[in-house]
Amino acid sequence: MALLPSTARNAAGLIAGAVALVSLILTLALYPLIETEGVIRTELPWLPSLGLNLLVRIDGLAWLFALLITVIGLLVIIYARYYMSRRDPVPRFFAFLLAFMGAMLGLVLSGNLIQLAFFWELTSLFSFLLIGYWNHIEAARSSARMALIVTAAGGLCLLVGVLLIGKVVGSYDLDAVLAAADLIKASEYYLPALIFILLGAFTKSAQFPFHFWLPHAMAAPTPVSAYLHSATMVKAGIFVLMRFWPVLAGTQEWYLIVGTAGLLTFVIGAWAAIFQHDLKGLLAYSTISHLGIITLLLGLGSPLGLVAAIFHTVNHATFKASLFMAAGIIDHETGTRDIRKLSGLYAVMPITATLATVAAAAMAGVPLLNGFLSKEMFLAEALDGGSGTFLDVLLPVVATTALALSVLYSIRFVLKTFFGPPPVGLSKEPREPPFLMRLPITVLVLACLLIGIFPAMTVGPVLDVAVRAVLQDDTPYYSLAIWHGLTQPLLLSMLALAIGTAGYFLLRDRLNAARGAPGIGYFKGRRMFETVLAVVISGSRVLEKLLGTRRLQSQLRILVALASLAALLPFLRYGYQLGPNALSPVQPGFAAIWVAGAVCAIGSAWQAKYHRLAALILMSGAGLASCISFVWLSAPDLALTQLLVETVTTVLLLLGLRWMPKRQPVEWPRGRMPKSVIARRGSDLALALLAGAGMTALSLAVMTFPIGHTMSRYFIENAYPQGGGRNVVNVILVDFRAFDTLGEITVLAIVGLTIYALLRRFRPAAESVRMPQQQQVQNAYDHRQEDRALGDTLSDYLFVPRVVIEWLFPAIVVLSLYLLIRGHDAPGGGFAAGITMSIGLILQYMAAGTRSIEERLRIQPLTWMGVGLLLALGTGLGAWLFDFPFLTTWFEYAGIPLLGQVPLASALLFDLGVFILVIGSTTLMLVAMAHQSIRTPSRRVVPPAALSAEGAV
Amino acid sequence: MELVLALGIGVFTASGVWLILRPRTFQLVLGLCLMSYAVNLFIYAMGRLRVDAPPLVGSEAVADAAIYTDPLPQALVLTAIVISFAMTALLLVVLIAARGLTGTDHVDGEDEE
Repeated sequence: MALLPSTARNAAGLIAGAVALVSLILTLALYPLIETEGVIRTELPWLPSLGLNLLVRIDGLAWLFALLITVIGLLVIIYARYYMSRRDPVPRFFAFLLAFMGAMLGLVLSGNLIQLAFFWELTSLFSFLLIGYWNHIEAARSSARMALIVTAAGGLCLLVGVLLIGKVVGSYDLDAVLAAADLIKASEYYLPALIFILLGAFTKSAQFPFHFWLPHAMAAPTPVSAYLHSATMVKAGIFVLMRFWPVLAGTQEWYLIVGTAGLLTFVIGAWAAIFQHDLKGLLAYSTISHLGIITLLLGLGSPLGLVAAIFHTVNHATFKASLFMAAGIIDHETGTRDIRKLSGLYAVMPITATLATVAAAAMAGVPLLNGFLSKEMFLAEALDGGSGTFLDVLLPVVATTALALSVLYSIRFVLKTFFGPPPVGLSKEPREPPFLMRLPITVLVLACLLIGIFPAMTVGPVLDVAVRAVLQDDTPYYSLAIWHGLTQPLLLSMLALAIGTAGYFLLRDRLNAARGAPGIGYFKGRRMFETVLAVVISGSRVLEKLLGTRRLQSQLRILVALASLAALLPFLRYGYQLGPNALSPVQPGFAAIWVAGAVCAIGSAWQAKYHRLAALILMSGAGLASCISFVWLSAPDLALTQLLVETVTTVLLLLGLRWMPKRQPVEWPRGRMPKSVIARRGSDLALALLAGAGMTALSLAVMTFPIGHTMSRYFIENAYPQGGGRNVVNVILVDFRAFDTLGEITVLAIVGLTIYALLRRFRPAAESVRMPQQQQVQNAYDHRQEDRALGDTLSDYLFVPRVVIEWLFPAIVVLSLYLLIRGHDAPGGGFAAGITMSIGLILQYMAAGTRSIEERLRIQPLTWMGVGLLLALGTGLGAWLFDFPFLTTWFEYAGIPLLGQVPLASALLFDLGVFILVIGSTTLMLVAMAHQSIRTPSRRVVPPAALSAEGAV
Repeated sequence: MELVLALGIGVFTASGVWLILRPRTFQLVLGLCLMSYAVNLFIYAMGRLRVDAPPLVGSEAVADAAIYTDPLPQALVLTAIVISFAMTALLLVVLIAARGLTGTDHVDGEDEE
């Protein structure tokens, strides 16, 4: 869906709707199984050793939430199709929405605690993307960031809590955890685990004091507010509280923390809601308040409280989602959500107005609607506190007052928006929205009515399986009826209705004139959040300044020092000693080579600053010393490869020298090197000597210990019988460990491509653009002579070597093919052969010049690289045709006329791939460098902005 | 022999480390080259040193591992040679491109104050 063009509004809506519908049907189809079985589990092993498996576990509670997620998801998708503007990239919206739906389903269906925490974070992430969907609006971006920081930080807390529980129980499996309630409550980790899990749940469900992100999240498109921020995501915290209810609830700590947080949220949300002028803001604070009710019910810790909480979760999701959608319609049709500007919309959109009125009545708790039933259950629980603390007395009073406030804002929402005089000063002419846009609201409002009138028939069985899933055998008796007689809860409920109604008519003008909620206005969550964020950011800046550096040298110094220290530590602890093996006698020739090698290395280090060419030659000398050592120490393959690579590296660096700046001797102030420079160089020298001495000591110690039984033995014994080759090193590379080689040549290809890409956009520094001095002199000479054309001297330069090199080319080609073919049985192989071939090519370049060689030879390194890689890969895949694992080789010795016995292994084909790729990649690097010299420097002035952009690449 | 090689590895390492701590890009490239020589020799030395051992196995049924040089470090070093070549080439090009863009060959893209 993310691939659809950004205008495909209908297609995206259809796909999303179909997915949601299928999920809904699947969920419904599971119901009979849930009712009879109780719990369904499916397990896919992932990391069984760590107790991490993908475990789908559906019980009644999970099923109920899954039902809410899919039903409301489907309705929201239908609604969003009409709500979203043609100008928005709608497929992205639906993609995010579906992704969220998946994450949310994953969350409720998790049978593993780690998995639950994972999906939890995913929902935070998609909520972030959806809030910031209109990413051109600053408020949307900052609100999205705030929501992400708050909920994701909570998610981390949840993870910690879950890990603590896993530590206590010894398993992350939900069934095991639920069975270990007593163990957890008795554990010393109970309180920390509880606090961490509650931090997670409270941030997600916008409980005080973390509630501030939710009103800001209303910057999201309204379908998102309806779906995520009222019906589902904010219920994730509630869900986790219910999930852990059997193991965590019932203690004094739970009662105090959860109950207090719920109560405060309930009251503060309701109080703030009545002062909102934004329709969505009103609904957002009302959502916070209702989430507070649910949390409070859970905090009471009684089974009946849990029943009421689950019931209210369902009811709230139905009426609040429909109210949000209605608010969206009003916004869509009138162009404003400001409650003070709206008035009398009933006249123009009677159906929407009726639906919204019923939904708001449900929110207020008017009889015959679902909100009434759960409100009555809530009041019954509030009266029945029985904890023996101050909350018992306080609860009924506070609950009734806050419910009166909720009645007040519900009435304000309806009366101010839909009734009264016709609206004035709207930017649009409001009309009734299309039928399909109203349909989701209609469905939800019908649900409110049906649940409200026939609770036992509609929601009864569903509620029952959910409650049973949590409480098992402790399920209390509860009655879903409209009329329980003239009870205390009913009286309080009626009282709240009366106070709320009276309050509205007394206070409405003052409410409309109010600016912010009095009493809590100065207590701004957002400001606190931003202060904390600013402190964190400036703190990390200070730390970065103190501890970090952008200087490569400082970083490397730390790196080298740490590495040396790490290597030193074991020796400090256990002492340094040589092994039992005697040192073999020193051969004078070997020692002489190493004296030369050491001099070369030191000289190269000495001269690298001012005499680059000399340093380069000296470095090659050091390379030669190591190359000869390989021959001496019975490793001909290494020597061959090292020699060839050495050649290519030197050529490459020589080509690079052209683009280096001329180094001027440094003029020190007062003619003396400053002390700081001496100190720096001194410490670098000490570090270098330390590293060198350490490497000497380490390698000497290793070489004097006997080598044990290693894998090498297997390779030597099986190289010929199984790999069909007598050169064990080559057999390892193309057969035993061919997969590594495949990776290696891929790296080579990538490096080649990267170099090619980097040099295509290459801009040399200003002073390197001019022709080299020698060429200028030569051209000037040609210019002065009558009979010479420009460039003659250049092409005559080194004429004899040029002819020799040109004649050598076929010989080099043959050598390279020889190295390739014999590689399996004698030193050589695809890599050495490939480098040989590219050396041959670059020699031609040097002799004949870039232009003339490319007129005569087809140099297509990119194609060669592709062919080589495909050939190597194809050989590996070929093994599948014969039912062998990837890269299995087959071999046979065949007699070929003139050549004699030749090994024909499929490994040779693989090596051929390596060969071609190496030619391509090496040639690409060399030629790309060489080409820089003949490019006509573009005279176009690069603007500074483009410069910095390229610099960032 | 072991002592000579160990000293050689040490000298290469020291030269390489000195060079990579220098501020100029070309010094850095040479330093990395020298360090990779040292590391390659070090890896090879892990298989212990043998002079005049046959590098190729015969055609007999089971080869006797005791008389050959250790092929495993050799295979590792062969890979390391290739990779360090690729790294050197890439580094060189990055440094040249950086020099073109920043106008200096200092490793940080700007000269120190």
